[in-house]
Amino acid sequence: MTSTNPTLDLAGGATAPPAGRRPARRSSYRAAETRRKWYEIIGLTTPAVIVYVMFVLVPIGFAFYYSLFRWRGVGPPTDYVGFDNYVLAFQDPIFLDALRNNAIIVFGSLLIQGPIALGVALLLNRNFRGRTLFRLLAFVPYVLAEVTVGIMWKLLLSDAGTLNALMQAVGLGGLVQAWLADLDIVIWTLLFVLTWKYVGFAIILLLAGLSNVPQELNEAAAIDGASWWQTQRHITLPLLGPTIRIWMFLSMIGSLQVFDIIWVTSVPAVRSLGASATMATYMVDNGFFARLWGYGNAVAVILFVISFVAALIFQRFLLRRDIQGAVTGRAK
Amino acid sequence: MAIKRRASSVLALSITTALLVAGCGGGGESEAPSENELFKNPVTLTWWHNASQDGPGKTYWEKVAKDFNTLHPTVTIEIEGIETNQLQRTRLPAALLSSDPPDIFQSWGGGEIREQVEADYLKDITDQVKDEVANIGGAAGIWQVDGKQYGLPYRMGIEGIWYNKEMFAKAGIAAPPTTFDELNEAVTKLKAINVIPIAVGAGDKWPAAHWWYNFALRACSVDTLKKASLELNFDDQCFVKAGQDLKTFIDTKPFQPNFIATPGQNDPTSANGLLANGKAAMELMGDWNKGTLDTVAADKEALSKFLGWFPVPAIAGSPGDPKAALGGGDGFACAKNAPPECVEFLKYIVSPEVQKGYAETGTGLPVAKGAEAGVADPALKSILEATTEATYVQLWLDTAFGSTVGNAMNDAIVAIFAGNGTPEKVVEAMKAAARK
Repeated sequence: MTSTNPTLDLAGGATAPPAGRRPARRSSYRAAETRRKWYEIIGLTTPAVIVYVMFVLVPIGFAFYYSLFRWRGVGPPTDYVGFDNYVLAFQDPIFLDALRNNAIIVFGSLLIQGPIALGVALLLNRNFRGRTLFRLLAFVPYVLAEVTVGIMWKLLLSDAGTLNALMQAVGLGGLVQAWLADLDIVIWTLLFVLTWKYVGFAIILLLAGLSNVPQELNEAAAIDGASWWQTQRHITLPLLGPTIRIWMFLSMIGSLQVFDIIWVTSVPAVRSLGASATMATYMVDNGFFARLWGYGNAVAVILFVISFVAALIFQRFLLRRDIQGAVTGRAK
Repeated sequence: MAIKRRASSVLALSITTALLVAGCGGGGESEAPSENELFKNPVTLTWWHNASQDGPGKTYWEKVAKDFNTLHPTVTIEIEGIETNQLQRTRLPAALLSSDPPDIFQSWGGGEIREQVEADYLKDITDQVKDEVANIGGAAGIWQVDGKQYGLPYRMGIEGIWYNKEMFAKAGIAAPPTTFDELNEAVTKLKAINVIPIAVGAGDKWPAAHWWYNFALRACSVDTLKKASLELNFDDQCFVKAGQDLKTFIDTKPFQPNFIATPGQNDPTSANGLLANGKAAMELMGDWNKGTLDTVAADKEALSKFLGWFPVPAIAGSPGDPKAALGGGDGFACAKNAPPECVEFLKYIVSPEVQKGYAETGTGLPVAKGAEAGVADPALKSILEATTEATYVQLWLDTAFGSTVGNAMNDAIVAIFAGNGTPEKVVEAMKAAARK
């Protein structure tokens, strides 16, 4: 009994043969055991399930329902328009700009933050004086609140801001740009700010992954005469795979839903021209500020579906090995 | 869309009529309680206003609520101050959808109050506030829908150009411009002394859009504007003309560089900051600007010395009324099911005595006659005069047309500022939004 798999046990309990075929005592013991386990499962998961249903599933359902109406948030929704709001969204060049900007942020974050974080993490994983201090510094931007970071960079990058003044002071005046006003530059400026903010998270995640790489393997490699580079390339990196993939997953989802830093750093005019809008800022601008509640909900549903599908694809193809057993079941 | 709107207002009207008839038949059980029912039972009024930041505005409303409670001990007032955007865009719409909205709340009039009335959210206060409306005058019209009063303003003012008198003197501009030709000349002279002629906070969209509104005010007749607000009909060519005039004006480069990312107010890099700190000579802004300039000025004393105000110049030969002005205000409305004491409190807020005290806070211009003495600042005094002299006050177009059209209109105007919009596209965007 002690080593019985709980899942199997549950299944057995659920389809337990009628009492009488087996010794009665044993059967009632099993039934009590099964009941106890069920109470345990229900008792422990109910609060989480209620919160999940109330604040995740129900709102998604409502958002979808409202998205089928032409509704300005005054009085109950009555003007049913089917999927018109979805069609409208994909016809709006500004929404398409927002999609493009989200794509830039997703791939830009992966391609820029990934290598930087990996390099820094490998360096910080070596022993040297002041290692803790450097680790702390790398993580500071991630700890700051998004709005703080947004306002800080907004001031630094404004026309008369510190960055332009510094550039002029060191003779780079020719490279001075309207970082937040030039419609062709602003999204790259924002990508830089996002990178600055979130690279610390990648670093800390990779450092945690690195601490899981067994020291014995490195020692064995060293005895075999492997150089530091060879050790990293052939031992550390492959063992770091799961951590890197999880980081990629989190970064992708975060990039698709990015809102606060964009909202704070980039002014409304630049957003509404499409230069710096993301799906989330577009949703708020249209849902609340243009008071198109039905339309805003449609955009919310589109954002949800895109994130959900991206997450599923990522899990199916890249996280498969890492989450085997957790989601895909154990019988493989 | 326009047809639908009309249909629903006809419906609303007929329902109201039916209710009135039913009310009369019911034998004196009308909604308005008799004098002796008022202030008999203890009631609590919830009051949502937008003076959320600590300052004279917020403190004053607290005092008003307390004074009212002293006058009428049965009425307790619970105040919540909420930042404007949050209040107008999310909190209030959501609360009004629920069964428990605040009793008395901020109301901006125009297209928004029209929608709220159509949804049957607001208390019809026409009969109770006749004296107050008479004392306030034309401004009260912004809180009317189909001839009925649903709210009352406590602040109202027209916009104009705030300018730096010292810079004007230095540039050799003898008197504030009264026509756009003179304004263009002034811009040239100000460029010659190396200052930014006009600061515009295009980053926040509406400060830029207000330039278009003023060109529309000059290009369109008063009737066209009234019709546009009521029916959301923008077929008149004058709306295209407004964009063309704006484009011509922008091409003279009167604004600071990279204005598309300049915020309107609240920080030193904003358009407010440029004027307040002596970097720019002019800014188009409403009557509240004195207070917002103060908050970003490094030297408040210098600011109050050089700051002046003049009305938006006229355009020679345009069909619009040269004495018409753009303006807007803040008011309060009572929820449909609010206790009758709500209307009494509203009347108290707009009474001359309370209005005078409001004017003394310096946060805006009062609307009630008899409160003028509370206005001390010379710039504010000139706005008050100009407001009285204006033959017609057009509500800010984005408020008048409602959030949906207003937002689309502002976006399209900002595109002209950014160099990738056209006058025609503004009108197209407005029409498309009216159908959304």
